Amino acid sequence: MPGDVSYIGLAVSFVLVLVALGLSLAQRLGIERSMLWAALRGLVQLLAVGFALGLIIDPETPLFWSWLWIVVMIAIAADTVGRRAPEAPGIRGIAVVALAAAAAVTHGVLFGFGIFPLEARALVPLSGMLVGNSMIAAVLVSRRLVEELRDKRLEVEARLALGLPSLDAARPYLRSSIRTALIPRIEGVKAVGLISLPGAMTGLILAGVDPVDAVRVQAAVMYLILGATATTTAVVAFALVRKLFTSDHRLVELARPLEG
Amino acid sequence: MTSQSPEPTADSRQPSALYDFENVIVSRNGTTILNGVTASVPRAGVTGIVGPSGSGKTTLLRLCNRLEVPASGTVRFRGADVAAMDPLELRRRAGMVFQRPTLFPGTVRDNLLVAAPGAGQAQLEHALERTELDAAFLDRTADDLSGGEAQRACVARTLIADPEVVLFDEATSSLDAAPKTRLEQTARQIATEEMAVLWVTHDLAQAQRLADYLLVILDGAVEFSGPTTGLADANGKVQEFLDAG
Repeated sequence: MPGDVSYIGLAVSFVLVLVALGLSLAQRLGIERSMLWAALRGLVQLLAVGFALGLIIDPETPLFWSWLWIVVMIAIAADTVGRRAPEAPGIRGIAVVALAAAAAVTHGVLFGFGIFPLEARALVPLSGMLVGNSMIAAVLVSRRLVEELRDKRLEVEARLALGLPSLDAARPYLRSSIRTALIPRIEGVKAVGLISLPGAMTGLILAGVDPVDAVRVQAAVMYLILGATATTTAVVAFALVRKLFTSDHRLVELARPLEG
Repeated sequence: MTSQSPEPTADSRQPSALYDFENVIVSRNGTTILNGVTASVPRAGVTGIVGPSGSGKTTLLRLCNRLEVPASGTVRFRGADVAAMDPLELRRRAGMVFQRPTLFPGTVRDNLLVAAPGAGQAQLEHALERTELDAAFLDRTADDLSGGEAQRACVARTLIADPEVVLFDEATSSLDAAPKTRLEQTARQIATEEMAVLWVTHDLAQAQRLADYLLVILDGAVEFSGPTTGLADANGKVQEFLDAG
């Protein structure tokens, strides 16, 4: 098979890490340890995931385990959002709901209309792409929304002081933060094929699939990601606004994030 | 209707008061900002709320449109407990002008329409007229205005919603002398149109020339409340503040 990398091949490719290490040493960048650690840790994680995936996508394994895998992925992703956007109140719970909503919408289309077969080997990797991308969008939109409302507090309060309900007072900032979270994704879709060859397609071509077939899969994945990130950002933004204002339409005190 | 005004009971309150503060305590992050304020604001004219910075005067003003809520005590607007009122209705009845101009992106017209979405041309022009801005300003963008013009446009935006009182929070502190005087005149003019004005300032001279009635706040407590002309009879703490000012 064209994409089959042997363990020896994998070991040889490690030479490239040594090149990077050599560069760090020669230039005294002081990042050799973290580079080596990242390379080894990444490998171990991938091997572990590959082993677990092998068990889960085995046609003999009940689909229940795939769904459980997705639930765990969503929980880990929501926790990551919580750690990366600590200034957003209640963001972990919001992220769980948003990621679940994104999964429901996109899987509803992909599997409901039979675009992909409802089998573990489609369900698990597609969910991985969905959750990973949605997680990044959730972090972006929540950080941006808190930042906007904090920095433009005076403007927000001027809107509230005119008798506008909190959702209306927040709307311009809500829109700009949703836009901020979605624009990189849209730009990515525009550049696809011209500047970058996306991961799923690259993987399929390496594994010997006809490029045109690979493109069809990739296009579906691209739309999945677009739909999922749009759903996630909208749910996160609207839910977060409810946490950032009191029930009597006052903006809560917003702390600046502690930069690590 | 749930917003029926409760009967005023405490005899310390003026029957004609616009606002009544009763033993109001506000604290934030463990610091007491207002420490048991009891005072009244008359229904008409300009009431100056004056005190040094950090004395709690802005907090007192923000209680009036519920941008702030007290930890304990009661704030009444025309006899009704503001805690029981719809905050959005209260804010439409009690407009606010902030320390710095807070125009939203877009034209002055866009700004006025946020406050009064259905307003016609005549209504828009009238609102500007009341703040001495001509109709040409309607199509000027917020970024093109000077500080004084922007602040007057903010007053117009507040007035177009037809409030019963306008709360000014150090509204001239970012302005030069000439626009400052013009805004003071605007405030005086509004107050004679059967609309009350609350004017927060740290500038004692300004409060004295502008206000009919004064509340002097020192360290989170009202140390004087009464007609501006009665300031000479205030207690020793207030006299010290007056001498320093």
